[in-house]
Amino acid sequence: MLDISDLHVEVDGTEVLHDINLHIGWGETHVLMGPNGSGKSTLLKTIMGFGGYTITSGSIIFKGQDITRMPIHERAHLGIGMMFQNPPAISGLKLGKLLTAISGLKEDEIEALARSVNMGQFLNRDINVGFSGGEIKRSEVLQLKVQQPDFLMLDEPESGVDLENINLMGREIATLLEKDVRIVNRRRSGLIITHTGYILDYVDADQGHVIIEGQIRCHGNPREILRLIKEKGYGECLRCKQIS
Amino acid sequence: MQTDIITDMEHLSEKDRERLALTGLEVEMRNRCGSFFQIDQNVVQTTCMAEGVEMLPIKAALEKYDWVKDYYWKAVPRDKDKYTRYVADQENPQGLVVIAHPGTKIEMPLQACLFLREGPVQHVHNIFIAQEDSEIHIISGCASSWQKEHGAHIGVTEIYVGKGAKVTSTMIHNWNRGIAVFPRSATIVEEGGLFLSNYVCMQPVRKVSMYPTASLVGDNAVARFSSIVVATPGSTLDLGSRAILGAEHTSAELVTRAITTGGTIISRGHILGAKDNTRGHIECRGLILKDGIIHAIPEIEGTITGTELSHEAAVGKIARHEIEYLMARGLSEEEATATIIRGFLDVKISGLPAVLQAQIDAAIDKAESGF
Repeated sequence: MLDISDLHVEVDGTEVLHDINLHIGWGETHVLMGPNGSGKSTLLKTIMGFGGYTITSGSIIFKGQDITRMPIHERAHLGIGMMFQNPPAISGLKLGKLLTAISGLKEDEIEALARSVNMGQFLNRDINVGFSGGEIKRSEVLQLKVQQPDFLMLDEPESGVDLENINLMGREIATLLEKDVRIVNRRRSGLIITHTGYILDYVDADQGHVIIEGQIRCHGNPREILRLIKEKGYGECLRCKQIS
Repeated sequence: MQTDIITDMEHLSEKDRERLALTGLEVEMRNRCGSFFQIDQNVVQTTCMAEGVEMLPIKAALEKYDWVKDYYWKAVPRDKDKYTRYVADQENPQGLVVIAHPGTKIEMPLQACLFLREGPVQHVHNIFIAQEDSEIHIISGCASSWQKEHGAHIGVTEIYVGKGAKVTSTMIHNWNRGIAVFPRSATIVEEGGLFLSNYVCMQPVRKVSMYPTASLVGDNAVARFSSIVVATPGSTLDLGSRAILGAEHTSAELVTRAITTGGTIISRGHILGAKDNTRGHIECRGLILKDGIIHAIPEIEGTITGTELSHEAAVGKIARHEIEYLMARGLSEEEATATIIRGFLDVKISGLPAVLQAQIDAAIDKAESGF
């Protein structure tokens, strides 16, 4: 589904991602781990197409199309969706109005979706204005439920969320990624940034990657990688980098 | 009366009728309970169906009630500036007097329409008197004919909000590139009175200059000014509003949303806290979409320990990450920008009847298609 080859990305004239190669097949969920500032969010934003992330070489192929230079909204139309870690608050823009604008769904359909993530009372609220951490995450999940992307990028879905909300979010994300569908029939894919790994209690991941100083250092079983990081810290990854 | 205005409207071109409709004029008056219509210096309609409320041309009002003269040039000084003097010097004053008698509460708005068609200068003197415990909503629509290239409108409006009364005054402007506009307004709010002033100007105009003042003279009086304005290239909007917190437990809020697409906006505001237990806040947010100037000048002046005053002003462009957030949901850059601008202009005006909010929304929607 997603093929990233030899990707180099600059921010403000400084290269921050070096030679990234990543392949995510149809129906696969991958996890991205790494210390703060290592380039995880940068990679997601580059895949989404945000300004300020300049691709100096390499390519991003999605569903067989080269999207390296494609505008953000066209990537969204192709089926890429993203859960933001810190989405902007936009005063005057009602959550319900945005959901209608992006979907063409009827009011009662949107209301039903909103109620399913306990956001029924928020459709008439300005998007993210005065929302708590959990409400922001539920709003993001709701937007993705409306969008129904084939490829889902989640930037720290569990950060700032209490246990009750993690439970709800975990289940919703699992559904969005078709974890309830037999593996052979599963089409949807995901790329999840996580520090804690809590999300893995709800969403089985197929592969894990560790990104250090803008480079993907290792690929492997996500649970095993997480256990090693918990035991030895990212210092081990840095040492690992020095060895290779 | 009703047939008169329809006849008059038929004499107007389709374009002019549209321009008037955009300022809130409803010929059929489905959502209005009274109407005053002045074309240049001719009053072509004065009609009011609301019981307990009178709408009268100013001369008729001064003749009918001896006491109306006590309100004449009381809130606005006659010799405030050359524009007020110009109106005061008129031998044949025109304009509207609204009287809401004590206890009358009318939710349905009254409309006052001032249309500049031919003369070089239109002058108007309005007086709105809401007596004790009354409630009225007035929508003033001011427009010029699409063919009118140059001209001026000078409008004096004096508003008196009696004890426990509530007045909403909503003014929507729809002028032309060559028209200069000088509203001179002032309001006196007595004990427990509530004054809401809304101003919308989204269409081209050469110049608008105004600085209405609300004097809160009775305890627990409240004033709120909301302005939603767009300056197109060639427009200069010098706007302000002032509140004088002259009694205990009074409060005022001045809110402005300003957008320039090439014109100049000066957004002034002044709150004077002169009594204990008073509160005031000024909020001005400006977006510079293309070249243009937004100059916010909020002033807060406290003269006593028991007053709490604050202001916030921000001028800038639409944040890139907001546009990109909406694009990630599938909106194009243009759609995302228009959506954010629409939200920016969406000032919540509490206590405004739905029909008036709808009128303001319609004016914004019409302008939005031009961004």
